[in-house]
Amino acid sequence: MPLLNTLPDYVLTTKTDEMINWMRKSSIWYMLFGLACCAIELMHTGGPRSDIERFGATPRASARQSDLMIIAGTLTLKMALRTRLLYDQMPDPKYVISMGSCSNCGGLFQLAYSVCDGVDKILPVDVYVPGCPPRPEALTEGLLKLQEKIMAERWLARERAVELPAQA
Amino acid sequence: METVTIFERLQQRFGDNMLEVALKPPGLFAVIKPEALLDICRYLRDDPDVAMDCLSNQTGVDRKDCVEVVYHLFSYRLRHEAVLKVRLPRESPAVPTVEHIWKSANWMEREIFDLLGVTFDGHSDMRRILMPEDWPGFPLRKDFVEPAEYHGISTVRESPILRLDKKK
Repeated sequence: MPLLNTLPDYVLTTKTDEMINWMRKSSIWYMLFGLACCAIELMHTGGPRSDIERFGATPRASARQSDLMIIAGTLTLKMALRTRLLYDQMPDPKYVISMGSCSNCGGLFQLAYSVCDGVDKILPVDVYVPGCPPRPEALTEGLLKLQEKIMAERWLARERAVELPAQA
Repeated sequence: METVTIFERLQQRFGDNMLEVALKPPGLFAVIKPEALLDICRYLRDDPDVAMDCLSNQTGVDRKDCVEVVYHLFSYRLRHEAVLKVRLPRESPAVPTVEHIWKSANWMEREIFDLLGVTFDGHSDMRRILMPEDWPGFPLRKDFVEPAEYHGISTVRESPILRLDKKK
């Protein structure tokens, strides 16, 4: 391409969408939020051994500054209302990772009277991570899958390929 | 002191108020009248030979014909234990609180109220401790019927085994 050849070496070209998405996927701030034993594994994932921060994901203590909510643990009906409230407080675009059997489908406790069997009953889920609990590697894989998903999003109206989720 | 000896002392002192004493292990317990509960508990705590200084556990049981409240007492000083039971009618069960005798009763009595609907007269803070405030009924009652939904979240769930059967 003639244009490329005229630019100096330190100038790189890319698409706007890819630029935006590359920046977004490299700074996913997840909410500091755990429900049960999966939260312990979530802490390990942020710890030095598996260090999820090398992918740009760092915990954030406020829902209003988070991009990602990781549902780590058994979701009770009492907590479901509060979880929904926290999700509503997050700014768009926002993502949800369902971590572990309990938040995927209720897991071991799905027949209990107090348990909401599956977080997808109250929130739209982007990535499901199986396991009871999932190892830090599994959650990291879940984050990488989410990054793939983010990279596929289109923000310029002219060629918006992925429809944004309708807001409730 | 042997648990049997404790019960013998109780029978000497509160003979009419002891409804049943089971002396064969592992079922070592005494069923007492609810009216005499406070007197007996005070005696067990304050008598220097018995000195039950710890209410280690307090639970409730739905026996279908009655509701039982079970008191597990332990003496750290003398290293012995005893179990007391009171039987209450299933319709509006109520028993005096032992919160002012053993402080640990506070949360345990709230839990029994929450799950079985036993009211503890004189309790300082008689409200639910685990379930949401607006939860209908008492979940550990044998005749508890699970509501079909809670704030729009359905609680109806299909067993995954049944789901697999349907696929065949």
